[in-house]
Amino acid sequence: MISVRNLSKSFGPTRAVRDVSFEIARGEVVGFLGPNGAGKTTTMRIITCYMPADSGSATVAGFDTTSQSLEVRRRIGYLPESAPLYDDMGVVEYLSYVAEIRGIQKALRTQRIREMVERCGLEKVVSKDIGELSKGYRQRVGLAQTLIHNPDVLVLDEPTSGLDPNQIREIRNLIREIGREKTVILSTHILPEVEMTCDRVIIIRDGQVVASDTPERLRQRSAGGGTYTIRVRGERARVESSLDVLPEVSRVNHRAEESPGMHRFEVTAGRDDIGEVLFRWAVDQRLVLAELRREDASLEDVFRELTAEEVEKHA
Amino acid sequence: MRNVLAIARKEFRSYFSSVIGYIFITLFLAVSGWLFMSTFFLVGEASMRGYFQWMPWLLMIFVPAVSMRLWAEEKKLGTIELLMTFPLTDGEVVAGKFLAALGFIGLTLGLSFPVAITVAVSGDPDWGPILGGYLGSLFLAATFLAIGVFFSSITENQIVALLLAFFTSLFLYIVGMPIFLVVIPDVLDGFFATLSPKTHFESIQRGVIDSRDIIYYVSLIGFFLFLNTRSVQSRKWR
Repeated sequence: MISVRNLSKSFGPTRAVRDVSFEIARGEVVGFLGPNGAGKTTTMRIITCYMPADSGSATVAGFDTTSQSLEVRRRIGYLPESAPLYDDMGVVEYLSYVAEIRGIQKALRTQRIREMVERCGLEKVVSKDIGELSKGYRQRVGLAQTLIHNPDVLVLDEPTSGLDPNQIREIRNLIREIGREKTVILSTHILPEVEMTCDRVIIIRDGQVVASDTPERLRQRSAGGGTYTIRVRGERARVESSLDVLPEVSRVNHRAEESPGMHRFEVTAGRDDIGEVLFRWAVDQRLVLAELRREDASLEDVFRELTAEEVEKHA
Repeated sequence: MRNVLAIARKEFRSYFSSVIGYIFITLFLAVSGWLFMSTFFLVGEASMRGYFQWMPWLLMIFVPAVSMRLWAEEKKLGTIELLMTFPLTDGEVVAGKFLAALGFIGLTLGLSFPVAITVAVSGDPDWGPILGGYLGSLFLAATFLAIGVFFSSITENQIVALLLAFFTSLFLYIVGMPIFLVVIPDVLDGFFATLSPKTHFESIQRGVIDSRDIIYYVSLIGFFLFLNTRSVQSRKWR
């Protein structure tokens, strides 16, 4: 549905996007992940025909973003970062303006607007001006605007930034629902968001794609074995020294003494699964194991690894 | 055309979404009416010449205030990003915004009809110069407007847009005035006189519609609208 080939774009000496290529299939929900300034917005602006690339090409539904820009724009619903809307317009007035520009026939407009109001949960604010709305409702009006012409492709730039946790959850649910029938590309720097809403993640750093995979598989790629949390009753020094000699354990960190004699440790495994090893160790040492839990490698770890270089550079 | 009208309607309505539009109309009518009435009864002549005599100066100040918002605000709010990714050509958006503002100014001018009625009641005026005066004012306003919309598109600061538009309009107007024409070499007189909207405004105001004046206005408006489209596209320059 979206095909991006060798895209590059510079602003003066800054190379915002360098040789970026990816494909997005029909019906996929793809998360565009990267630190601030990585080139997410620029890539989206090129896809939505707001600005052209210096080199390379982008096509949406087979139409080129530069030579067939109007065709592309007809098929996209775009929500720029922080939902720029006209504060002096009413919610319905605005949606009806967008509907008109999107070429929805007059007779169908009211019906379509009603559907959008219902779908995006705008019932409470239909009679208000956009300027009076909370950030969450603004974002919903922005989403309603992207959906009104029933486009094949949605491009959402940081759709949840600046919202409170409840609003974030609502917008995410909405996006997930939309994603069932549409191709969605959304950018974010919030990791849980991607895990919850996206089929695939494209991680971008310094204007380059550094990874593109499902959230699950990216997690598996995380280097090293798992990390375990254990709670043991016993003497701290003895626990540490006896754990250290185990060949399967690569690192032991004392986290806390929760109550006298009860310690919590974080154990990093050299290989993948050492749950059994830890259990046997506790039995051999005649220690009481109150808890043994494997921590999932989070997407955050993967993200940190992949984008670490940049973080160091900026530090 | 449908798209142009959609943009125009939206922009036209936004003049009235706050009190600004009403204040503008009231202020314009009050100032122009006062300037006229203060001499009308003294001169004792049933014509609107005194009304249109002030028109260029009023339009020069008022028109940039009408146009300054049109692009600058889109840039400031970031709404330009949505606008320019709608399936519209740049020309359609430029034309829509221009038409909306022209409609607003046309309405304001039209609402000065009580002046014409006053003149008609107090004597037997020659209607040619009155209609010519209105037509000339509309063309002049459209020209200042094209200048104003263009300057609105090169900045996100409305005050900067207002000032640039005012000084450009003022400059264009002044080069047609005797005070300027006497200080420049005589060979250039004709050129500057033709360049200035002043000459053409006065010509139409006499009640004589000359195609040369119309062509002048239309090409000047076209020129600035073209510049406007180019400046909107400038984000795409590499």
